[in-house]
Amino acid sequence: MPGLFALAYKLLVNDRAKFTALLIGITFAVFLILQMTSMFAGVLKRASATVVNVGAKVWVMDPSVNNVVSSIGMPDYVEDFARSIPGVAYAVPLYSGAALARLPDGSYQPVSVLGLDDTSLFGRPELVQGRIEDIYADNGFVIVDDSEYPKLGSPPVGASFELNDRAARIVGVARVASSTLFGIPTLYTTYSRAVQYIPSTRFTTAYVLIEPKSPADVPVIQRQIGRLGYLALTSDQFIKRIANFYTYKTGLGTNILLMTVISFMVGLSISGQTFYSFIIENLEKFGALKAIGAKGRELVLMILFQATFVSLTGFGLGIGLSTALIALAKMRLASYAAVITFDNLALAFVMVIIIAGVSSYVGVRRVLRIEPFDIFRG
Amino acid sequence: MAIEARGLAKWFGDGAARTDAVRDVSVEVRLGEMLYIVGPSGSGKTTLLSMISGILRPNAGSVRVEGVDIWGLDDDALAEFRLHRIGFVFQDYHLFPRLSTAENVAIPLILRRRAWHEALVEARRLLGLVGLENRAELPPVKLSGGEQQRVAIARALVGEPDVLILDEPTASLDGETGRSIVSFIRNDVLSASRAIVVVTHDARISEFAHRILVMEDGRLTAVRENHAHAS
Ligand SMILES: Nc1ncnc2c1ncn2[C@@H]1O[C@H](COP(=O)(O)OP(=O)(O)O)[C@@H](O)[C@H]1O
Ligand SMILES: [Mg+2]
Repeated sequence: MPGLFALAYKLLVNDRAKFTALLIGITFAVFLILQMTSMFAGVLKRASATVVNVGAKVWVMDPSVNNVVSSIGMPDYVEDFARSIPGVAYAVPLYSGAALARLPDGSYQPVSVLGLDDTSLFGRPELVQGRIEDIYADNGFVIVDDSEYPKLGSPPVGASFELNDRAARIVGVARVASSTLFGIPTLYTTYSRAVQYIPSTRFTTAYVLIEPKSPADVPVIQRQIGRLGYLALTSDQFIKRIANFYTYKTGLGTNILLMTVISFMVGLSISGQTFYSFIIENLEKFGALKAIGAKGRELVLMILFQATFVSLTGFGLGIGLSTALIALAKMRLASYAAVITFDNLALAFVMVIIIAGVSSYVGVRRVLRIEPFDIFRG
Repeated sequence: MAIEARGLAKWFGDGAARTDAVRDVSVEVRLGEMLYIVGPSGSGKTTLLSMISGILRPNAGSVRVEGVDIWGLDDDALAEFRLHRIGFVFQDYHLFPRLSTAENVAIPLILRRRAWHEALVEARRLLGLVGLENRAELPPVKLSGGEQQRVAIARALVGEPDVLILDEPTASLDGETGRSIVSFIRNDVLSASRAIVVVTHDARISEFAHRILVMEDGRLTAVRENHAHAS
């Protein structure tokens, strides 16, 4: 059997022009599909960055909230009620808002501000500079060292600046798991200071963060909060809700889907047509092989091998190209959001398999239909 | 008897559109014999050749090759039979342009599951036999018509077939080259354990045949014994 595959391989690869066209078609499709979907995955991941970084197990919010930055203030009784649910170990408020920072050079930079519960500092980030206790010091803010950090001039501990026209001071620099989507720096402070610095509507609690006593308590908590007219989501559910928002309620998902489908069609038509003309060009030879004594099944195997080989090679090249380009983009542009996930790869792989399948199906049909007698007659 | 064909008939199409390509033809080919089938174009030579070599199923009649009723075999067994028993030289050679000459010759062995390397060694030996040892690595398109014909013959012979089938082997060759190739087949390829059937309408090579069957309009109209060369 290996001899048959070697034969199939040589027939394919020795036809440089067609082999190259096939590889380009598939590589191009894989590259575009991966580029689109990894950009999308990156955007979705960053859209939920705050949920991941704060790390609370259950988030309570207004039922209209569908994306972490557009929070809707909730009255204090929500927090009190949450504390009173038996399965709740503790519940704390989280402030989330935006402010304007004024840089030493006089320019302004919007920033996002998270206010942590004053007593527990629940959801605090891990500091790489400074001490978390200093967050209680006058005008104290912790800045996140992510890809947006340089937009505030990468201020070290002790640096001063103005936030909404009030004096502010960096008391710590933090690392977080995930950068945010919105391309602005993130500051942490206490809940009460956040409320002082940022003008607010009547209710200032963006989220109530709950630590359940055990995972088994979560459904009960969700039901109780629901009865109050609010929404309690596990962090996974919240991330899902945010992803759904960007996928279905903005043009983003549709566009990505459309581009992915187009890339797929382009790849399919280039590769499919090239493979078809490759088969047609060799059709008489396949007929001669049949006359000599090749079984239909063996010819099918040869064609499948060729399709699989060229597809997997193109798949590999496409992944390589995407990875290289994303790596390059990240080198030049720290905040470039794309991430290649396993799901992206799986999707691209499925599309490549479909391309290979459709192309070889057409080829196989033609090859099975040729009559050796017609070859013999010339 | 290498081949015994009885009452072979083949027609194409139905009703008014029906063409009778071969009508009730019986043929016997002996081992050690070189048999020609001649006749005008369209007289049914290729159709007959295809039926006795297991490529085209007859509408009527039977074919026994070395005692095996080949049209009683299923498709796989028939393919297997052709692969092991019959060597084909097609009128337009049908060599793969993207493979080397040696790889082309090795194909029947590859189809028999022989190892790639081993098959190529054997293919080169056959190319030596037809005088093309120094062409083994070239693609067939770099070869002259006569050389391509010899590559096709080497491919037909590489599996040591009992029956060698050639359709118009000299059609696209000049007289000299055609004669030398057929002479080679008669003198070096034919053996006591092999039968060779040649379809031709090239009178210049008739001296190499043991027997010549004449076909006209799908019928066998004459059989000529060639005593001059009979061995
Ligand atoms: N596949 C086919 N369909 C229809 N007619 C055919 C087919 N093959 C052969 N024929 C007809 O059968 C007759 C004999 O053909 P063939 O055996 O090729 O003749 P030869 O080889 O003697 O030139 C011709 O009339 C030809 O047109
Ligand atoms: Mg003919």
